[in-house]
Amino acid sequence: MAGPDRRLRPAGFDELGLRRALADRILPFLVAAMAFLAALALAGFIGAASLARHWQLGAGSTLTVQVPEPAAPAALGAGSRLDRVLGLLHASPAILHARALDKTELDRLLHPWLGADGATLGLKLPGVIAVRLAPGVRPSDTLRSAIQATAPGTLMERQGSWIRRLSALARSLQACAGLALLVVAAVAAAVVAVATRAGLSARREAIEIVHGLGATDGFIAGRFAARATMLAAIGGGAGAVAALPVLVELAVLAAPFAQSMPVSTGDNPLAAVPAVLWMMLPALPLAAALIGFVTTQITVRRWLRRLP
Amino acid sequence: MIRFEDVGLRYPAPGQAAGPEVLRDIDFTLPDGAFRWLLGPSGAGKSSLLRLMYLAVRPSRGRIFVLGTEVASARRAALPRLRRRIGVVFQDFRLLRHLSAFDNVALPLRLAGRPEGQVRADVTEMLRWVGLARKTEAAPDALSGGEQQRVAIARAVITRPSLLLADEPTGNLDDVQAERLMQLFKEMNRLGTTVIVATHNDQLVYRHPAPSLRLENGRLTGSA
Repeated sequence: MAGPDRRLRPAGFDELGLRRALADRILPFLVAAMAFLAALALAGFIGAASLARHWQLGAGSTLTVQVPEPAAPAALGAGSRLDRVLGLLHASPAILHARALDKTELDRLLHPWLGADGATLGLKLPGVIAVRLAPGVRPSDTLRSAIQATAPGTLMERQGSWIRRLSALARSLQACAGLALLVVAAVAAAVVAVATRAGLSARREAIEIVHGLGATDGFIAGRFAARATMLAAIGGGAGAVAALPVLVELAVLAAPFAQSMPVSTGDNPLAAVPAVLWMMLPALPLAAALIGFVTTQITVRRWLRRLP
Repeated sequence: MIRFEDVGLRYPAPGQAAGPEVLRDIDFTLPDGAFRWLLGPSGAGKSSLLRLMYLAVRPSRGRIFVLGTEVASARRAALPRLRRRIGVVFQDFRLLRHLSAFDNVALPLRLAGRPEGQVRADVTEMLRWVGLARKTEAAPDALSGGEQQRVAIARAVITRPSLLLADEPTGNLDDVQAERLMQLFKEMNRLGTTVIVATHNDQLVYRHPAPSLRLENGRLTGSA
């Protein structure tokens, strides 16, 4: 024979009749719409941060050195101008890596401007050296002077200025995305607050009765918060799932800009979505639930202050 | 102990800070375990006096002690515990329409955190006592006025409160039921519960003579 039932109130017991007051369709739908927008803003935030970092650390630390008449003898020292400049670059501690482009690479580089017959036009093409600088380091004036003395007319082009502009643009986009996230969170909180106040009005008599029977503010706020938290979590989850196809599409489009090597996403486009976004997406229903819980607790407790 | 010291009550009026005073200069003391009729014509302020006692409103002036606690100076967090020691039978029953008769009666016990096993046993016994054993799962709207009143009575007494307030508790009951109810109130009073019953039923007061508080035009005109 079973022993005495020591459970407290039946699980899910709805003293206040909130299943009728806090609508189980409108609130999740609105929160889902907010979560959808939040997912897009989150993707924008992570994408912009990734692009800024990539450009600063990747393209920002590269240097292109053009050596006119590369095969001619160097003005100082033995060997061709190209070999001497390459030697100076290799000897510099600011340079991580320096490599002269071969003819095939040069043809591919010039193909958009000179076409397939570029090599047959008789143009005197410079030698091109791709240089990777140590992070945060600029070529010293000493190195520049030595290169000019060895191979006069050599050009050193750093992509720094446009990289800085692109990075600033990416940072601005990141800030906008962050701001959009905050606005979406605020609107979600406002939606939950309005729904809660409507629920309070609809169940005013029941609340007054339960309050009069000795229910604490915490108990009543807890009943509302439990319902709102569940509905907001459902909405948050639905919004995140709905945003997934859009995020995958955006990630596939953005992959070439954010990766140093092209990524093949033909077989599995989900692989293009950054890992950090995969980690953040499950946080959306959690964040929606948290917003639902905190907003409802504050709204109900403030409303209850009007009761004696 | 219930004590009112120079108590006045005004309700908020639309567009004004406060309306006219509905209770004036109320001054009395009831010892623990007292039984009082609360008498007076309609509109005299009986329901307002009860509302002050079950902490539904705060006085506009004066001091109120309920079960030994001074209400105005009590912390808000302390009031729910005090309310759980007060049972109220409302004139309009104030049942929760979305709950069954059983769950309405069980509500005070569940709010007090009693184990569900005890809740089930106590509520079943109480509903049997008020003659609603076969209607435990009925919603209030499916019950007659008298049945709803009996559910309200069962809810008020289920926790064996220290203070029992009843506003016209026999208005929808037949004579037999009214007599049974009075026996219940007197038994609870004998066990130590302070009982205050507001009524217009002169026959009831005649059959159960007891001291009374008499109100007229918001003033206490007799306390015997």
